[in-house]
Amino acid sequence: MRLIKNKIEHGGSGTVTLCPEEPEDMWHAYNLIRPGDIVRASAIRRVTSTQDTGSTSSIRVHLTLEIRVKSLDFDPQSSQLHVSGQIINETAHTKIGQFHTLDLELNRNFTLEKKIGADGEGVGWDSIAVEQLKDAVDEGGKRRAEAVAVVMQEGLAHICFIGQFQTIMKQKVEMSVPRKRQGGSDHDKGMNKFFRTTLDTLLRQIEFNTSITSGSNNESVRPVLLASPGFVAAGFHKYIQSEASTTTPGLKRLLPSIVVVHSASGYLNSLAEVLQSPAVKTLLADTKYARETRLMDDFLDQLRRETNKATYGPREVESAVDQGAVGRGGGVLIMSNRLFRSQDVAERKRWVALVDRVRDVEGGDVRILSSDHESGKRLEGLGGIAALLTFPVVEEELDSDDE
Amino acid sequence: MSRHRVKNVGYDDDDYYDEDGYESPDPEEQEFLKQCTAAVSQHLRAAQPSVTATTEEIQEALWHYYNDVEKSTSYLRGKKEKELKKQQTAAVPKNNVPGFPVPSSPPIAHFSAADFFRDCPWLNVPSERKVNIMVESLYPRLGLLGGAPEAGGKVSKLAALAAQRKKKEGEKVAPTPDAPSKPQPERSEAPSPEPQSIQLSLRERLAASKANKSPKPSETNGSLRRLGRSGLSAESPAQKQPSPESTNAELSTPDQVKQTQDQPKDEPEPQQAAPDMRASPSMFASAIVGDTAGPTMAQPSHLHSSSVDLLKIYGQDHAEPFDFAGPSPDDMVLNAQNTAKGFKSKNAASKSAGDKKGQADLAGGLKDLSVEEKVTVKSKNLDVLEEYNKSNRKKSANFVVIGHVDAGKSTLMGRLLADQGAIDQRTLDKYRKEAEKIGKGSFALAWVLDQGSEERERGVTIDIATNKFETESTAFTIVDAPGHRDFVPNMIAGASQADFAVLVIDASTGKFESGLKGQTKEHALLVRSMGVQKIVVAVNKMDTVQWDKGRFEEIEQQISSFLTTAGFQEKNIAFVPCSGVLGDNITRRSENPQGSWYTGRTLIEELETSERYTHALDQPLRMTIGDVFRGSVQNPLSISGRLDSGSLQIGDQILTMPSGETALVRSVEVDGEPNDWAVAGQNVVLNLANIDPIHLRSGDVVCRASSPIPNVTTFTAKVLAFEHLMPMMVDIHRGRLHVPGRISKLVASLDKASGAPTKKRPKIVAPGTVARVVVEMDQAVPLEAPTRIVLRHGGSTVAAGLLE
Repeated sequence: MRLIKNKIEHGGSGTVTLCPEEPEDMWHAYNLIRPGDIVRASAIRRVTSTQDTGSTSSIRVHLTLEIRVKSLDFDPQSSQLHVSGQIINETAHTKIGQFHTLDLELNRNFTLEKKIGADGEGVGWDSIAVEQLKDAVDEGGKRRAEAVAVVMQEGLAHICFIGQFQTIMKQKVEMSVPRKRQGGSDHDKGMNKFFRTTLDTLLRQIEFNTSITSGSNNESVRPVLLASPGFVAAGFHKYIQSEASTTTPGLKRLLPSIVVVHSASGYLNSLAEVLQSPAVKTLLADTKYARETRLMDDFLDQLRRETNKATYGPREVESAVDQGAVGRGGGVLIMSNRLFRSQDVAERKRWVALVDRVRDVEGGDVRILSSDHESGKRLEGLGGIAALLTFPVVEEELDSDDE
Repeated sequence: MSRHRVKNVGYDDDDYYDEDGYESPDPEEQEFLKQCTAAVSQHLRAAQPSVTATTEEIQEALWHYYNDVEKSTSYLRGKKEKELKKQQTAAVPKNNVPGFPVPSSPPIAHFSAADFFRDCPWLNVPSERKVNIMVESLYPRLGLLGGAPEAGGKVSKLAALAAQRKKKEGEKVAPTPDAPSKPQPERSEAPSPEPQSIQLSLRERLAASKANKSPKPSETNGSLRRLGRSGLSAESPAQKQPSPESTNAELSTPDQVKQTQDQPKDEPEPQQAAPDMRASPSMFASAIVGDTAGPTMAQPSHLHSSSVDLLKIYGQDHAEPFDFAGPSPDDMVLNAQNTAKGFKSKNAASKSAGDKKGQADLAGGLKDLSVEEKVTVKSKNLDVLEEYNKSNRKKSANFVVIGHVDAGKSTLMGRLLADQGAIDQRTLDKYRKEAEKIGKGSFALAWVLDQGSEERERGVTIDIATNKFETESTAFTIVDAPGHRDFVPNMIAGASQADFAVLVIDASTGKFESGLKGQTKEHALLVRSMGVQKIVVAVNKMDTVQWDKGRFEEIEQQISSFLTTAGFQEKNIAFVPCSGVLGDNITRRSENPQGSWYTGRTLIEELETSERYTHALDQPLRMTIGDVFRGSVQNPLSISGRLDSGSLQIGDQILTMPSGETALVRSVEVDGEPNDWAVAGQNVVLNLANIDPIHLRSGDVVCRASSPIPNVTTFTAKVLAFEHLMPMMVDIHRGRLHVPGRISKLVASLDKASGAPTKKRPKIVAPGTVARVVVEMDQAVPLEAPTRIVLRHGGSTVAAGLLE
């Protein structure tokens, strides 16, 4: 995302103009734009006009509309963001108060305005929002290439795109492969068919051109991780090799970027293991993502050792912060960014206040994890919020709640 | 064809009508009915061609005409006269004067809205005339409804029928001229303002069609009147009589009895040649004349006289429209009723035969359309449990072979099978040769079970393999499980089929220790948590340690202490030192003098000590599908697995969950042998029909529609933690079922002995603790309590327990 214009005032109100350049930028925009904000973007609107005779005609007009956001709809698979709300600027074709849904497009600027309203109405550019903006705007241009992972087991494959901030499950291939049987060759046949389907799907998803002539322009091929328990991934690798040497020589360009790693199963649960494999670690080293994963591992390790130096759950973490356990010298507050996506302003304020308090008052570290990443998903399971503590906190018995 | 007949049988039921709620055994009504019946029969006998009718017929007619004596009389007259005529026709076929019915009164106008509003100002209809006009076509839609072409296929049905009609017309008899013109008061009330909003019941039209074989003018009137009046008569449904057959007994006055006795004699007279001369306008004709013609339109005689040719071509019969419309449900019902009542007039029979044929054509057409041919298999309706008790089989036992990778499980089992003669020497030699060719001679025995090309190439068992052998007392089924940690899901699938387990331990130096850390423990814990009670520990590869007794005892001591903590009872643990490659102490005693210290049972003897296992035969059917495959050309779709509970037999309809699709059991194989039935505990192959393989996956559950297994997305389970539990992603295993999910809540940690909660909502559950957890899954999965489940995470088993 490119930052075109930045007019954030000291108080927290202000506007920014952004230009999304990659599909992942849409995800950032999704996190940045909150209900109540004002978004200005170009739009195509169908305007219906009624003549005096009663006949109607509708035309599509290109407009620049300003809307007050009511809701957002994000489709992670295709990285499309639809922002709907009420129009607040008058144009020749629209009235104030009409509803419109803006489809934010790549390489088209949009302007986002956040205001601090009278109580409760909008929170302006709070610290989280500013941070998210920083994340979104890739200043140094050091964003690493994303990888493609194929997590598979017999008869099941998940094709995912691993990015800086999200892991998108692009497609699932499911096929019933006959088991081995006495004197039957169905299994091998079934596996071959499964491999073929998976390869076709993979090539389609990564938009890989298999024609041999297209290899000359040296387009970069993203790393492809093949992960599976047992020998499925290795078998798949072998299958691709044999395909490359026989039917589709174009595949030879893909071969160098293939890495075979181990995973416990073919489900997305085991993506964590895939991403921790040495091959991936070197690939994605020092990305935000890798740090997140490490953090989660540390946290779970603490939890496992039952040192009481780790806690999770909204109430528990808040009480730990109250006791000053998330402070200087190792206190880390880990939160999922889903919490900041809450529709409820009060809810968001609560979490922003907690973050600000830990960071500014307590002096602890705050990490916002992407809920669309594997580590974020692990955190989601724990209620979206966890903390590494500086000293053991004995948890009080919460007998009262029967939830 | 037999299937269609079966369909008809469904209607062949008298109480079809009994259920329609009009059945009123009101004595008053019955009395009235009796009177009416008497009156009608009198009328019938009094009038010119004296005819007789059975009480039943009369009553039915009365019922149809709501006790209108005259109409019933005229209807019956028409019917009987036609029958009479038929007899005459048979005798004198050359009496061919085409007659046209001349209605003695103007029949009801075909309704036309334009006509109705003729005198109303536009958009200013007087309020009293405002009604909901439902213009229902007076005639059934004609023409194209002929359906599939007849067997010949060349001639259109319409054309064929026209030809037939023409032929009939040719041999038609002259109508009896002296039809008694009866007082017909109802005529006056006929033209009601909403004549065509009539719900012209099919039944009535059918009744008419049956009756109207006679060309008599009066009859025509009757039928037309009926058509017109049905709207009126529908207003008094309360007057409907009880169905004739139910009141039959009390109504039989002496002469009626006589009639009834007469009935069989004249009933079977040939009627199928009944010529129809009145023809209703064709589609075309009604389009031309219909609405515009107004009141004149429904005058069949007019039409007839003016456009005889046209109508002859199309051969439409006014009163018998349903020959065209094909079989309607009412049609079938009526026919079935007639048949049931013993009215087996040829007419009805032939008609129903025609119907059946039409139906067959229709169904045939449908069959052509549907891609898949439906298969029906007759169930033998066996009492499976009784059959099972009678069968007197050998004691059977399934056992799973578990242990760390490369402990020699497959080789040991290959040896067992070879020594028991389940594998012939030639095959074994072949394996040996092939194995030596790729430099893995020691794997030859394992190849008996490791059939997959990849397994052989890599020398590792990947998936479970089942094989069977018999001793004098027991039929064993071996489930050879993979030992590699990546294939623990497959091992779980195997263990879920087992009655007891054989734990194979590599006695060689270093291997035992590494195995203990590896899958030896995990497997043992898994089989225990899956309900296996008895375990035989085969201390394998004793030959590599020179049958060192000390080594054996060391292993025995370590393993037995571990197994007892895992929950196995001391008496259910047995140890056998053996060598799979050489075959020592497997089926025969070791001949190696170094191993002579062992005097206990050999492995096979140990296996035979297993008691008979009982299975839940009388529980609802449950079977987890282990594999879906193409059995052979005859059986394009087969599933295999072990019946967890219940029983089934050939021809059973089964339900597969979670897809909720039904299938038919085409045939059953028990342990590779065809059988008519199968019961819980048996390993079966079911050859299925009438289901798409897309609905079947391994891990699905087969049950019956009467007691289906529920699909759940969340469940509570009491589990024993093997590792730390916290809210986290897990893989859920139950037999072949393997789905992703997550522990969403730790409800409580429990006391191991009493099961009482010790801590509510723990943050983390330590290994070795029993806890109650809530597990959520993304997709609905067939699970029901009590089921044993295994939770795994990151390639290791984190918990196992019981669904609550």
